[in-house]
Amino acid sequence: MTQTETGENEGLLVRRIRNGTVIDHIEGGEALNVVKILGITGTTQEALSIATNVPSRDMGRKDIVKLTNRELSKEEVDRIALISPHASINIIRNFKVCEKKGVEIPSLIEGLVRCPNPGCISNTNEPIQSKFRVLPKGLHCYYCDWVISKDLTSYIL
Amino acid sequence: MATRHIISIKDFDRSEIDRLLDHAQQIDSKKYDRNALNGKILAVLFFEPSTRTRMSFESAVARLDGTSVSVGSVDACSMAKGETLADTIRVVSGYADAIVIRHPREGAARLAAEFATVPVINAGDGAGQHPSQTLLDLYTIRQSMPIDNIDVALVGDLRYGRTAHSLASALSLYNARLHTLSPTGLELPDTLATELADKGMKIVNHETIEEMIGLVDVLYVTRLQRERFPDSASYFNVASSYRITPELLTEAKENLIVLHPLPRVDEIDPRVDESPHARYFEQSKNGVPVRMAMLMDVMQ
Repeated sequence: MTQTETGENEGLLVRRIRNGTVIDHIEGGEALNVVKILGITGTTQEALSIATNVPSRDMGRKDIVKLTNRELSKEEVDRIALISPHASINIIRNFKVCEKKGVEIPSLIEGLVRCPNPGCISNTNEPIQSKFRVLPKGLHCYYCDWVISKDLTSYIL
Repeated sequence: MATRHIISIKDFDRSEIDRLLDHAQQIDSKKYDRNALNGKILAVLFFEPSTRTRMSFESAVARLDGTSVSVGSVDACSMAKGETLADTIRVVSGYADAIVIRHPREGAARLAAEFATVPVINAGDGAGQHPSQTLLDLYTIRQSMPIDNIDVALVGDLRYGRTAHSLASALSLYNARLHTLSPTGLELPDTLATELADKGMKIVNHETIEEMIGLVDVLYVTRLQRERFPDSASYFNVASSYRITPELLTEAKENLIVLHPLPRVDEIDPRVDESPHARYFEQSKNGVPVRMAMLMDVMQ
């Protein structure tokens, strides 16, 4: 939803959805990374609406992602917390919000981020997924101890 | 009971390290069961060259009446045919009671432990961890002095030298102070320096070996690899300024010990070998009792 400078509603920027998931309060400019983290590409089935840099009273600006006919699981949405810890998830059924939840930073993430260390065993043809512990200082590679402390989105698989 | 692996010194707390070192000391005093590993087989999987680590593991298992099996060279094994390490480990788990692995990739031993049904010991994974070397380094220090509150100098390639990384991590458990001397570009990685500082370790970076030599109890010298330098001249320039000589050691504390994981090239003048400070050959020999203790720990 957008607002004029006086705060008046101009109407919906993207349509309401009948069934699916609305991810609200994404940090401004991070919506495309959220979509990438969720593994949604142009070739997947879901109808997807994205609004970026929408004015927000609390956040200054925020992004919104609406996903039709797909209800995201807790594990999926928690991954979003890595780049947008204030995001909120609304599960919509028949135009109504049936569930509303925040995101929690997971303690371990698998198969989501590539280890930046070219010598790491996880960057080979071994039958494993990358595995990172989420620590205050950043993401810690379970295999080679490398730490990703910044620019996380450039390592998303 | 879960299978016990030895992958990284960071998985150990101080009491576990002390217990292993005490056990190695008992073995060194010949107080051990010579048939402890009778009928047991150790698989030695070395995907990188090694002399000391490999031979001392083989010697350790033989002294405990066990046997070892190995693939000859990497070229001769099925990894050369494109088999994954995961598959190799699953197969070898069926042939042996424990696996010792050295591999050029960081994290390879951690992966091996995921797929093995027998204990895995990391004998060096790329620039990563080398826990058996660290344990024998600590053991050698402890033969000369209590490890607590000592000043330890790390000299040489501290960026890629896995033995220096592992030792620094372990020393942080003993309130040691770290002194470093390394060429530009080969300093201790920032992530490790931060990790050590977070654990309360004091780290002092030095410009010359002369300013450092009188301050430390242990001088841990590592090899400077020629290929890390842009040309031979800059290599020789740095190598000669870091060289440990009898003349330099006249400025050292009386109880200073000089360690080196070996092989050495030019880092230590051979005349130092006769000095009471030199402990690197003793250190190398200590690899056997320390690895015997490790094998007994995981295989019994």
